[in-house]
Amino acid sequence: MARPSHDHAEAGRELPPRQYQVTRRDLVRYAGASGDFNVIHWNERIARSVGLPDVIAHGMLTMALAGRFLAEWAGDPGAVTEFGVRFSAPVVVPDDDNGATVEVIGTVTERLDGDRVAIDVTARSDGTKVLTRARAVVRLPAVLARGDDPP
Amino acid sequence: MAINTDYAGRTFDPSEPYEVSRVKIAEFADAIGEPSPLCRDRAAAQAAGYPDVIAPPTFAIVVTAANSAQVTLDPGLGVNYAMIVHGEQSFEHARPLHVGDVVVAQSTIESIRPVGSMTTMTTVTHIRTVDGEHVCTARSTLVERGA
Repeated sequence: MARPSHDHAEAGRELPPRQYQVTRRDLVRYAGASGDFNVIHWNERIARSVGLPDVIAHGMLTMALAGRFLAEWAGDPGAVTEFGVRFSAPVVVPDDDNGATVEVIGTVTERLDGDRVAIDVTARSDGTKVLTRARAVVRLPAVLARGDDPP
Repeated sequence: MAINTDYAGRTFDPSEPYEVSRVKIAEFADAIGEPSPLCRDRAAAQAAGYPDVIAPPTFAIVVTAANSAQVTLDPGLGVNYAMIVHGEQSFEHARPLHVGDVVVAQSTIESIRPVGSMTTMTTVTHIRTVDGEHVCTARSTLVERGA
């Protein structure tokens, strides 16, 4: 994918939207990788007993997907220097082959100094906003490298 | 039992040093589906200007996890873990974590606020190398739902 440059990342520019599938298998895998074994992320019986509709995804997995979205756009996971989110609703993950879908969108809100841009991010699942007040600062190449043409 | 507001402002002991490894970064990148070669291939990471393979930005949560447990499991704080949800999270990176970093995390409870039947607690955790270089500041807000 072409990398955006700071010169071309003007306010109002939208990042390419992305959709990610999250299955029960992904939750088990994230639990192992992150060390967060809270039972509400893998045990439907206990999730329901504490008032949840079903097993829910780790908030940090949803945030990580939004981080992936930013990293893909910037062409570098290390370019995402600041990232903050509010977990506004849980991502409910049913026990089927498709799981949940998380849709992530983002818009450049401001061009900052130091070849950085501010981005507002929103994530939705099943029509509900699951990440709000999600803001990132991403560092971009100052000028385009050959072959990295803007749209 | 609600969270003990006397703990606001308290700073906890730093964690044991955590060594960032190639295997753990790859495992975490696989778990979130991050496809970047910068998280797996040293040559690709070096070509991008990094000393070695870098971690995705939210990997810092793995480093803060041991420290977070020290905070939330403190018996005097009175957190009811079953009623806790993650409200907000942020990271500010001076640079990405990379393979070979040996870092220490230290947490301070910034605020504890009752909000109706709920209580919110915001913790700030500084991640520094054992040599004292600041790498990341993580801020986490937990919400304890009322019983």
